[in-house]
Amino acid sequence: MSRPIATTRSATGIPTGRLALWWIVFSEIVIFGGLLGSYIMHRIGHPEWAYDAIHTNTMAGAVNTFVLLTSSLMAVLAHQAAERGDGKRAAKFLYWTVLGAVAFLVIKGFEWHHEIVDLGYVLTTSGFWSFYYIAAGLHGVHVIGGAIIMLFVAHDAKKGKELQRVEYIGIYWHFVDLVWIFLFPLLYIAK
Amino acid sequence: MSEESHGHDESYYIKTWLLLVVLLIISVLGPELEIKIVTFVTAFGIAVVKAALVANRFMHLNIERKYITSLLITGIAAMLIFFFGVAPDVMRHSGTNWEHVSAQEWVEHGMAVGEASGGHHGEATHGDDGHGDEAGHGDEAEHGHDAEHGEGEAEATH
Amino acid sequence: MTSQTESSVETHAGDHHHEEGFVKKYLWSTDHKMIAKQYLFTGMAMAVIGGWMAYVFRMQLAFPGEAVPGYGLVSSAEYNSMVTNHGTIMIFWVAMPVLIAAFGNYLIPLMIGCDDMVFPRINRLSYQVFLLSAIVLIFSLFVQGGGFGGAWTSYPPLSSESQFNLQPLAPSLWVIAVALEFVAFLLGGINFIVTLMNSRAPGMKMYDIPMVIWMIVLASIIFMASVGPLIAGAIMLVFDQLLGTSFFDPGNGGDPVLWQHLFWFFGHPEVYVVLLPALGIVAEIMPVFSRKKLFAYKTVLYTAIATGIISFFVWAHHQFISGIDPRMANVFTVTTLIISVPIAEMMFVFIATLWGGSIKLTVPMLWALSFVAEFMLGGVTGIYLGASGADIYFHDTYFVLAHFHYTFFPIAIIGTFAAVTYWYPKIFGRMMNATLGKIHFWGTIVAFNFIFIPLFMLGAAGQHRRIYSYELFPELAELQDLRVFATKAMIVMLAFQSVFIFNFFKSMFWGEKAPMNPWRSSTLEWTVPSPPPHGNFAVLPTVYRGPYEYSHPDREEDFWPQDEAPITNG
Repeated sequence: MSRPIATTRSATGIPTGRLALWWIVFSEIVIFGGLLGSYIMHRIGHPEWAYDAIHTNTMAGAVNTFVLLTSSLMAVLAHQAAERGDGKRAAKFLYWTVLGAVAFLVIKGFEWHHEIVDLGYVLTTSGFWSFYYIAAGLHGVHVIGGAIIMLFVAHDAKKGKELQRVEYIGIYWHFVDLVWIFLFPLLYIAK
Repeated sequence: MSEESHGHDESYYIKTWLLLVVLLIISVLGPELEIKIVTFVTAFGIAVVKAALVANRFMHLNIERKYITSLLITGIAAMLIFFFGVAPDVMRHSGTNWEHVSAQEWVEHGMAVGEASGGHHGEATHGDDGHGDEAGHGDEAEHGHDAEHGEGEAEATH
Repeated sequence: MTSQTESSVETHAGDHHHEEGFVKKYLWSTDHKMIAKQYLFTGMAMAVIGGWMAYVFRMQLAFPGEAVPGYGLVSSAEYNSMVTNHGTIMIFWVAMPVLIAAFGNYLIPLMIGCDDMVFPRINRLSYQVFLLSAIVLIFSLFVQGGGFGGAWTSYPPLSSESQFNLQPLAPSLWVIAVALEFVAFLLGGINFIVTLMNSRAPGMKMYDIPMVIWMIVLASIIFMASVGPLIAGAIMLVFDQLLGTSFFDPGNGGDPVLWQHLFWFFGHPEVYVVLLPALGIVAEIMPVFSRKKLFAYKTVLYTAIATGIISFFVWAHHQFISGIDPRMANVFTVTTLIISVPIAEMMFVFIATLWGGSIKLTVPMLWALSFVAEFMLGGVTGIYLGASGADIYFHDTYFVLAHFHYTFFPIAIIGTFAAVTYWYPKIFGRMMNATLGKIHFWGTIVAFNFIFIPLFMLGAAGQHRRIYSYELFPELAELQDLRVFATKAMIVMLAFQSVFIFNFFKSMFWGEKAPMNPWRSSTLEWTVPSPPPHGNFAVLPTVYRGPYEYSHPDREEDFWPQDEAPITNG
């Protein structure tokens, strides 16, 4: 269907899609903020959780942080290409970003497999582990969702269509990276 | 396509990425020194710096309208209100005229087991066994809803 | 004037090339007006269900142990399930969809002068998610064990452990239904906020935006900012219910008070999320039927914003006797008393708007006036509850219940009737019958007061909430007459709703055809045909003035449409 005129207007000067993404980021800040705030309160109030936290795999967490930072770089390079109207190049960088998402999920898959199957740390093992799996899990769900949408945007961008969406999915992606930037010290370093 | 051309070439973003990686390395190495304040600064302080770099340079908040940054900061402010409004009840386990007995016992038990087994904690002993009986009265007493019922059996704290 | 050429450049072909099939037009539409109607009808249907539940449980209270006509005997578990779902439905599936989703969707593009929402497909998705949430909720009423009975506040451990709530499925279905509703409103909220910010007609500056639009968008923002922690909490609760985690189980290191805080951090701003749109509706109606501009527009706007901000600082007044730290209770008492000031000020603004105006007591105006009167009663009783000392006595009594019905009923019910009777001509292209409207109004309002004033008295006498039969409380037995009286008043009130339902549907098909601007209002939605065509405006308007230029001295006519170009000399 054709786009309504409403979508093309911009009384604020910010393109509609980008404005929407900032509001999405805002709503996600309060969702993750609520979850992580609750976690922090418990973590400080329950010093015995340190005995659980010591078992998180800092190397896996650090590598994953590196992976996400690099995928963010790919996303912003995609944005730059889209700015110049080069849809093919933008799509290429978006595919690299998705590859980063896949790498993140694979590493996490191995990490969790070891923790769950080999070491026996499951969701119900303790309060720490409950929060650990839910926080990282919610983040992972956002990684998966973002990667899927990114594939659709890349598909259009390759054909030179809807190039502005490269920036928008990029903003979402950087936010997913930002959440991890805080999850990493909270779950892997604060021991 | 956004109407503002950023005018940055790729090296700007790559340099930012390199800086982020360096910061990541510092934040991983810092805790190795096992000095609490160093760990705190390198882990969380660096996280804030990395976040600012990603937000400003990758998300282009530095050239976005100022009120967008204000909007996001408002979100963070709401979370701070939430944290500081709730922490006095959830983070602490005692206060003016109240004690959260079951949580205190849980912490004690956890610390004892943790120290005793030299750090190997969190196995199947947790969560399903007799700890529930110990904290039996803790469930509804101090931290419970029914103030009237709680009074009778509550431990007078002050 | 350059503005003329601007609007002609944006001419929208009102006559569309495509003929829309039944499915595309009614079930799969992206047109904001159709989506609005979908929300409206769904919300009204859910109101019938919620109202039915109130009938059943009040009959049980008035005649304990007797079979309720049309239902049968009410067990204690069924009673709990009814009160839980009545509250949940009325807030999440009636007030929010009607006041925010239906009227927001319908009015925003029309009143700001554009052709649709900025994201029509996300709009459609939001309704679909909402409909799914309603289906899940209704489904939860029929599963084994019955509908969730742990109160709309769903406090654990009652809500998290089936050993306590004796229900294997309903508690989780209930949480999932609420979570889906949240997702629907987050999606819708993004549409509303971005559309208002970006898609206004040329010339419509900040203070030219009609107040109801501001209020709906502010409500969406407040909702978005407050619901996050509860979404996190809902995930934690579902995991406690289904997967054996212990976030809220004190016997296993968790903390039930955390849930309370997560819930009320959202729950309190939520009441302003529903209040602001209702205030906005009243703010639209009063100027039109006083032929006078809204008093102190900027003050109303900034007061609404201030209220939204303060609403984030008051939540624990719902938890005064839950065992929160008493020092925090002091803080929350002060902030709660403070928040009554801006709302009171809005009431004064409404009165000032009426003062010296040429009042026309149409049906919408009657509803708007009654909103102010009834809400004030609700508001002042909130002061008693906000003071933590008094709340120690009043908490969990019928005093609280009467307080929030005296606020929620104006918001959800009076607000809905005001909006429906006012915008019905535009939405359905017909006029509702005014005589039936007045009969419905008086029957509802008088009966409403007779339901809830007795409940204040019962609360002050110490009657606790959420008890299925007061036969268990011999010391309260002599008050049974009040319970019966309130129930009879409720039956009268419910009976009068049939007048509205009749009027609503009859007028839709056989009502007098509505002109473009039957109320002689200045806002943009009255400059298009009733009902508006797909695309709304044949020529997208340019705005030259504020929304409430009534009885302007420079004009003969007593209203001045926003899009009427000023007459230039020469």
